[in-house]
Amino acid sequence: MYIIIVGGGKVGYYLAKTLLQSEHEILIVERDKRRGDIIAADLGDIVLRGDGTDSIVMEEAGMARADLAVAVTGDDEDNLMICQMAKKKFGVKRTIARINNPKNEHIFKLLGIDNTVSVTDLILAQIEREIPAQSLVHLLTLREAGVTFVEAKVPADSPVLGKPLRTLGIPDDCVIPLVIRGGKGIVPYGETTLQVGDEVVAVTTIAKEDVLEKVLAGELLK
Amino acid sequence: MKVIIMGCGRLGAHLARQLDREGHEVTVIDRTSEAFARLGTDFQGTMVLGVGIDEDVMRRAGIEDADAFIAVSNGDNTNAMAAEIAKLVFHVPRVVARLYDPVREETYHALGLMETICPTVMAANEIHALILDQRK
Repeated sequence: MYIIIVGGGKVGYYLAKTLLQSEHEILIVERDKRRGDIIAADLGDIVLRGDGTDSIVMEEAGMARADLAVAVTGDDEDNLMICQMAKKKFGVKRTIARINNPKNEHIFKLLGIDNTVSVTDLILAQIEREIPAQSLVHLLTLREAGVTFVEAKVPADSPVLGKPLRTLGIPDDCVIPLVIRGGKGIVPYGETTLQVGDEVVAVTTIAKEDVLEKVLAGELLK
Repeated sequence: MKVIIMGCGRLGAHLARQLDREGHEVTVIDRTSEAFARLGTDFQGTMVLGVGIDEDVMRRAGIEDADAFIAVSNGDNTNAMAAEIAKLVFHVPRVVARLYDPVREETYHALGLMETICPTVMAANEIHALILDQRK
């Protein structure tokens, strides 16, 4: 496969280095001459120095015969231009764009860019996985009333799974008015049992806002 | 007419002042505040500081009920992307983008999403006509 990578930053460089091992034909287009020289010194004569969003440079790169164009510059507008020109002007079948601002993802989709990779989203997803599942999300705080609405996910290994709410030891100053299961809200009662993946909303006093975490961790089980 | 102009360079500022004098409701977006000095002291319109391809900035500029969006920053790629957002996300009736690269202009014109202006081709044609006229 002939793969053109536009953008010779760290992403472009390591991508090229890895793809070269699988015997693809690779070209990196890099705007900065010095950066281009550094890559060429390491990976060989596979670097075209120039602005990869410029149609003349794209032509020189042989964009028309590319099987895949990968746009991994640090600017979303440049990546969009590269993919659109590759598709519309040069007839490249497949394009992949790096997205820096997650808000731009749906715009790329609207514009028919098949594949996008949002580094920010990937890291965010990773962070969400790493953070303990019972961590609280503050939905609303009524300072004057001294009341707060918090939400937390039931930990996958929690001892409260499958147990009726009335046995969880929920204190008097805490109410659970809502359980979200599979995207749908359930108004629970004493016999409702919690399942893996449930998100639980609690209303509690500000001073005891961590009570929900304790309940879901099974610390107050009767 | 409510017009949003992205890019307060020579062209953006000139156009903004012209439309403003004619009584249109003009909002100018630029990423540097110094650029707004080009609008002069008598400019009645609105200035919005920010990146013109950011949806939130565009909303702040009032794009949701704009009649026209004009992308004339100094970057072709920014102009193309801003114009596409204006058309596809906010459905602005008239969208114009300046693209210096003739091939880009041709390609984006063919997409049919926006009106495109290529100063390179326009100037070349003008100069071409001038020198050919002089030969006569």
